[in-house]
This record gives sequence, structure tokens and C-alpha cells, in this order.
Amino acid sequence: MLKGTDIIVKALKEEGVDTLFAYPGGQAIDIFDALYDQSDIELILPRHEQALIHAADGYARSTGKVGVCLVTSGPGATNLVTGIATANYDSVPLVCITGQVSLGLMGNDAFQEVDIVGITNSICKYAVTVRTREELPRILKEAFYIARTGRPGPVVVDIPKDIQQAMGSEEYPAEVSIRGYKPNEGVHIGQIKKAAAMLKKAKKPLFLIGGGVNISGANEQMRLLAEATRVPVITTIMGRGAIPTSHELYMGNIGIHGSYAANHAVAECDLLFSIGTRFNDRITGKISEFAKNAKIVHIDIDSASISKNIVVDIPIVADAKIAIEKLIEYIPEMKTNKWTEQVQAWKKEYPIHMKQYEGLTPEKVIQYINENFTHPIITTDVGQNQLWATQYIALESNRQFLTSGGLGTMGYGFPAAIGAKLGNPDRPVIAISGDGGMQMNIQELATAVTLELPLILIVFNNGYLGNVRQWQEMFYNKRYSSTCLTYRRSCQKNCMDAEKCCPKYVPDFVKLAESYEAYGIRITREEEIAQAFAYALEHKHAPTIIECVIEREANVLPMVPVGKALDEMILDC
Amino acid sequence: METKKRYISLYVENRIGVLAKISGLLAGKSYNLDTLTVGETEDPTVSRMTIGLTIDDITFEQVKKQLNRCVVVIKVIDISEIPIHKKELLFIKVSSCSEKDKAEIFRIAQAFALEIIDYDRSHVMVQCVKTECANNDMIALFNKTFVNRIEVVRGGSVAIEAISSQDQ
Repeated sequence: MLKGTDIIVKALKEEGVDTLFAYPGGQAIDIFDALYDQSDIELILPRHEQALIHAADGYARSTGKVGVCLVTSGPGATNLVTGIATANYDSVPLVCITGQVSLGLMGNDAFQEVDIVGITNSICKYAVTVRTREELPRILKEAFYIARTGRPGPVVVDIPKDIQQAMGSEEYPAEVSIRGYKPNEGVHIGQIKKAAAMLKKAKKPLFLIGGGVNISGANEQMRLLAEATRVPVITTIMGRGAIPTSHELYMGNIGIHGSYAANHAVAECDLLFSIGTRFNDRITGKISEFAKNAKIVHIDIDSASISKNIVVDIPIVADAKIAIEKLIEYIPEMKTNKWTEQVQAWKKEYPIHMKQYEGLTPEKVIQYINENFTHPIITTDVGQNQLWATQYIALESNRQFLTSGGLGTMGYGFPAAIGAKLGNPDRPVIAISGDGGMQMNIQELATAVTLELPLILIVFNNGYLGNVRQWQEMFYNKRYSSTCLTYRRSCQKNCMDAEKCCPKYVPDFVKLAESYEAYGIRITREEEIAQAFAYALEHKHAPTIIECVIEREANVLPMVPVGKALDEMILDC
Repeated sequence: METKKRYISLYVENRIGVLAKISGLLAGKSYNLDTLTVGETEDPTVSRMTIGLTIDDITFEQVKKQLNRCVVVIKVIDISEIPIHKKELLFIKVSSCSEKDKAEIFRIAQAFALEIIDYDRSHVMVQCVKTECANNDMIALFNKTFVNRIEVVRGGSVAIEAISSQDQ
């Protein structure tokens, strides 16, 4: 016989969990007690549960393993909510174990009781309350299975305290069988043949690759497919890295901040061959104009993603890797060189750059990273910092670029970097944030310092919530409502300009880093970039903030205004 | 886009929270459901729902896919276009009835095969087991005949695939 908490520990070990992102509390204290005596699982104590789940998410995205969270009931559980939704959108496998009040107290509004299953039902892959000690091992087994198979996603397992304490079977099941959950493991050959035939007929085919290719690890197959057909490849933000960004057939990102070549290729192609993307509104622009000359093939593991936003001609429900491997067997001889050369010419003629801004720009900082780091892991926050990163970062493969693409969660980047570093201790990990998002989980400096993690934390500081400010500049007559982070009460109301006499920015990121016994350096000139990175690399056991003070009103361009077609891009303004 | 009435028969795990999960999913995706009934099946671990929606083709396809990807959903059957038996329970209580009203209610009951299941000096209660559509007609008839004097409760459609191919 084993206690409930001991079977939880056994389950974690059987599932190969070596890192547990955990924050204790009253209804999880028994599980923490059971974990105290074992040495196979390292407990990571972030300073806030939201950061905790983003760290688990960063760990999962960068390693491909299931990220595991353990928190207490009530506020411990509700603080996970944003992270659960973040992981759900981007198909990240997580198992979130939440403590719960005892069964007898449930429903009585007990101290720190919330219905976390009810709260998270619509933002996770599966959520369940364990109601008997007998079903605990089976539910844990199912949770890991559901999280990592099919289209991966977060699973919430809510465990009442009395079940944690109850004695029961020692057995942890080896097999799992869920009658309502059978992930697709094959591919329909007939559909693959039809898709190959359509590819053969196409004069202007285009591969549109989403995060599904990166998640299934089909990068090598994707490169082979592209090279064998010589069809140009574009990606969504989540698909970036599907083939190396330096590849001659890679034309950049599609979408509202995509490249000219990618967006124009979508507008002009006659076959859009898409793999592992949801056709989110951020990539389609005006939906009625999207790829309107094209037939559409759509491969996705999730049948609900197919024909949801755009109607497709050939749907194929399958894992990207399996589908691409099969497709390679049926690849036709392609004679589309002229088209490929045309898209390559666009790429050459209209590169993305920030040459309109002088001095220190995000582009130059990111180019420095591209030129000086080997296979780094990059995390981003959300906003301009993320968009610049997606435009300029060079990637070799998957699991290298972690960003909250679907939910767009500010505060994601820094804690995700902590998780990524824990999962990849030998690789450089760089978080790219803005000054706004960095402050959303700034308390994690304590976590990074105590874990002795040599993270490089880039903060692009423009003193604004820059992406919203950009929209206000472009579409709201420069009415900078609540986006200036240097604003003080004594400022003139309705200030529209960043002026030299603006109040001092707070916090002082360098002093803040120092107060946590981390390191900080502030740079304002292009010439200081190399020196700042050299400074950061000196610190082998502590994080370094590199605060890059950038042009306050720099914009992310090109841009497709909302409601416009992809080829109606603003290139300069 | 053109909408029409459709029905789904849904097998789900018979557990706490499953009804909330399904209704929450439909509400969260802004799918407007007309009726939803649920009850245990011959297997006590399984419940069966009958869901009625007025919906266009594309959205209906999405509904089915979204339901299918729920872990607690065992099977989704689109019964919109196949032979089924489909009935809804309806109670109508008529108040302030005169003798003449009662006679009229009994005549209606006879004409439309309704059952009188309860009455007293001034009330009559009618039970009607018909299709949702026929029940709509019954309610309209009573509403017209006994203005502001009726109370209605209805259960939503339950449906099952037909044995023979006759559409009921």
C-alpha cells in the first residue's frame, strides 16, 4: 500500500520527470513532504506561479518533454491560468497538478477553494478532479499521455488533500486506454497522393509552414521536401526554424509583420501547401483576399484546425512528420523554377531592415546574436521585441525559438528562459524582452540568481508599451493612451511626444539587477553591443540584464493594417 | 450563410462536470444551441446527449470537430440526415379554466392525441410527446386559445437512430 502522495512521486519518476516547477501551499504540502526525501527530481521554486508555469512551458518547448507544475489550491491554481492558456494556444505539453481542499469540503467555499477544473476547462486540453484514491494512478498516467500525444497541450489534474493522504494500490499503470481519446497516428495515403498530384499541376506552389512542423520535429524532412521540389517556403512565427532561416528557399514569415516576399507569394501563388498551421487572423489579413488565386492543401494533426478559418481543397489529418515522410515518396518532378526565382527576387529586393533608425536598434542587437552564438535558445516576450525578434533572428532548427504566438502573453519571455536553461544547461539562452513585459515577471531574477543560471536578458527599453503605441501612432492619431511608461502624475496630460525632458525611467534595471545579486549593463550606442555581451558572458553562474535604450518611437515594419489584404503592406512610414 | 436545424447524438463519460464541459464548449465558441438533453445509458458509465442546433454548414462541421476532440466525448453522431426517432416531452398547464375551456382542451387533446394528466376545478394539465416542431405548434395553439393563461415546460428533444429506415 502506498499513500496518495507517494504514488504521485512514483508517477513523476515513471514518467521521467527530472525537473518539477513547484510552489508549495496548504493543500499541496503533503506532496512536497513526499518529494523531500527523493533525489531524482529537482524542485524549482519560482517566485510566482504564473512565472512557474511559463518556466515549465519554456522547459517543455525547448526539450520536447512534458513540463510539470505543482501548485496549491485556490490562488496557486488560479495563478496558473494565463500560463495554461498560453501553452494551450501554442500546443505545449504540460501537466499541472493542483492541490485541492478535501472532498468533504469541496463546494463549501472552503479556504483557498476554487473550481480550477471549471475555470480551466475551456483553455486546456483536459482538466479533471481526482475523486477516489483508486483512480489517482490511472488519471496521472492519462494526464501525461494526453499532454504529449496528438496535438500536445496542457492537462490539469486537481487532487484533493484527503486523496493525497489516502492509502491505496502501489501500482502505476504501464498502459493507457481512453475511449474518448485516440490520437491520429497514421496518414491517409489517398489524400497524400491527391496532394502530390495537385503539387505537380501547380505553376506557383508555396509551402506555408506552421508550428506543427517544429513540434513534430519534422525539420529535416521539411528541408528535404523543399529541396527536392524547390518550392519556396514561408513560415508563421511559430513555424520559423522549420527549415534554416538562411536557406535559399526560405522567404520569411507570413502575416501582419511578415516579409514582402512571403506575403506577396501568398497573394500570387496558385497552390498554398500548408502544414501545421491554424490560419490565425494574424497571418491571413483580410480573409476574403487571402491566397485567393490558390488551391489549398492543409495538413494538420488537429482536424478542428482544418477548414476552421479558411476552406481548404485537400484536408489531411496527420502528424506533420508522418505526412511529410509519406509525401516525399510521391514527390513529382517540379518545373517551377521561374516562380521560385521570382519570390527569391522579391526577397532580395525588399528585405526587412531598420535602416531608417540610427544608432542602437533591435536589428543590430539581434544580428549580433546571430553572428556570435552557436545554436542559442531564444525566448521572447510579447510586443515589438517579439516582432523584431521574429523578423531578424536566424534559426537552424526547432526548439530554438520560444515565443507566445497564440495568446501573446506579456511576461512570458524571462521565465520561459529559466525553464529553457534548466532543460538545456549547455546551450546559451537569451531572453529578448521589452521594458513593459520584463516588469511583468521581474521577480524571477531571484529564481535565476538562486539557481545560478547564466541567462542573458535583453531588455529593449523605449519607455513605452511599444506595440500598442505604434498602433496609436498609426491608427489613433498619436493619442498615446496609457502606453508611456515614463509618465508621471505631474506630466502634462495628453502628451503626444517622447521628449528629452521626460521624467526618469523607473525602475533602473541595472540597479534592480544588482539588488538581486544579478548583473546589469545599460547601453545606448551601437558600439557598445559587443562589450555588453562580453560583460554578460563573464558571468557563468548568474544572469545579466542588458538594457538597450532604443529610439522611443521606433516602429515594427513592414506592417499590414487590420482588415487589409496581405499584399497591402506599409513598408515605410 | 443559410442555417437549418440539426441534431447531434453525443456519447460522453458519465461524470461530474461533463455537462458543464460540453455546454461550456458550445457557449465559449458562440455556438447557439436550441436544446440539450442528457441522461444515463444502458451502460452507467456513459451518458448520451441529444443536442439540437440551428446552424450553417461550416459552423456545424466545426461543432462536430470541436466535440470530437474533447477527451470526455466518446462518440459524436450527426443524426441530422439519417432516419431517427425524435421526441420531446411538453407539459402545458392552463389556468382559470371555465367549463367551456375545459371542454375545448379535451377536444384539442382528442384531436391531437395529447394526454390530460392532471386537473382541478380551474386548471387542466396536458402532456404532449411529439417532435420539437409539433410541440411548437401546440404551444402556439394553446397560446392563441387561452391567452396569458398557459404555463409551459418542455424537455428538449431526445433522439435515437431508427431500426427501420422510416423517418419519424
